[in-house]
Amino acid sequence: MAKVTFDSDLCKGCGLCVDACPKGIIAIAKGKINKKGHSPAEITDQEKCIGCAFCATMCPDCVITVEK
Amino acid sequence: MAIVFKKPHALTDAPFHYCPGCTHGIIHRLVAEAIDELGCEGNAIGVAPVGCAVMAYDYFACDMVEAAHGRAPAIATGLKRTFPENVIFTYQGDGDLASIGMAETVHAAARNENITVIFVNNAIYGMTGGQMAPTSLPGQITQTSPYGRDVNTVGYPIKVSEMLSTLDGPEFIQRVAVNNVKNVLAAKKAIKKAFQNQIEGKGFSLVEVVSSCPTNWGLTPQKALEWVEEKMIPYYPLGVYKDRSAKKEEK
Repeated sequence: MAKVTFDSDLCKGCGLCVDACPKGIIAIAKGKINKKGHSPAEITDQEKCIGCAFCATMCPDCVITVEK
Repeated sequence: MAIVFKKPHALTDAPFHYCPGCTHGIIHRLVAEAIDELGCEGNAIGVAPVGCAVMAYDYFACDMVEAAHGRAPAIATGLKRTFPENVIFTYQGDGDLASIGMAETVHAAARNENITVIFVNNAIYGMTGGQMAPTSLPGQITQTSPYGRDVNTVGYPIKVSEMLSTLDGPEFIQRVAVNNVKNVLAAKKAIKKAFQNQIEGKGFSLVEVVSSCPTNWGLTPQKALEWVEEKMIPYYPLGVYKDRSAKKEEK
């Protein structure tokens, strides 16, 4: 099983990780606002994560850490 | 569980000031990953440009020098000749490298200075608010070309990689993009090679990274990456434009 963690306070909610995820399990948390004033990305279904790190590869702000 | 992806050591903890979806962050990370993998953080010296990446000195954990606008290759030349054992790289945008710094760039390449140049081409002046750059595409709407870049009055974009590859001097010239995962991984390989070339004493290595500027293009980060794919890459084809060592091996 793979685990993805987001450093939500650094996220700018650009959504590049959302598009990169082959499993479609990342979404922008519309209801939340972080310290920077952005709605951060979050993982919706950790179980389905395959640990490909595509999200982290496309993240411009080094928000994402991937464990496998 | 083992960590398969985390922020590279060669980046500091300072959060990037770049706009949401700006690919500068990806390119910073790729440079830092190359520094990490080659184990040269302790003796790397970066030269920051003027432009959006002007505060790169806050983000890279290695020593950094701030250059006057466009003069990064000249500063890097001095640094490399003074500290030949150190790994010297410049990180420049298109307004910096292809406009005011064109002379320094061309002559550093012609002299085959043993430095690494990371050239970020996003076809616009980002920091100053979206004016037309030497690399803006024909017909591209910017603050200073509100009806689209008219090639009859302001000329054609400069293709830096093609131009520099006509010189006998430079060792390695490659153009890459960071618009999708596949291209980011290819970009990482090219950037690492550009650093490796310097460590092996091969000479001037430049990697042009076709990048996006969602804010000044007036597009969402996703649409900006699509624009890179549809408009930028056809005009600025990706590929290796010069690799002298590979040519020698072939012979």
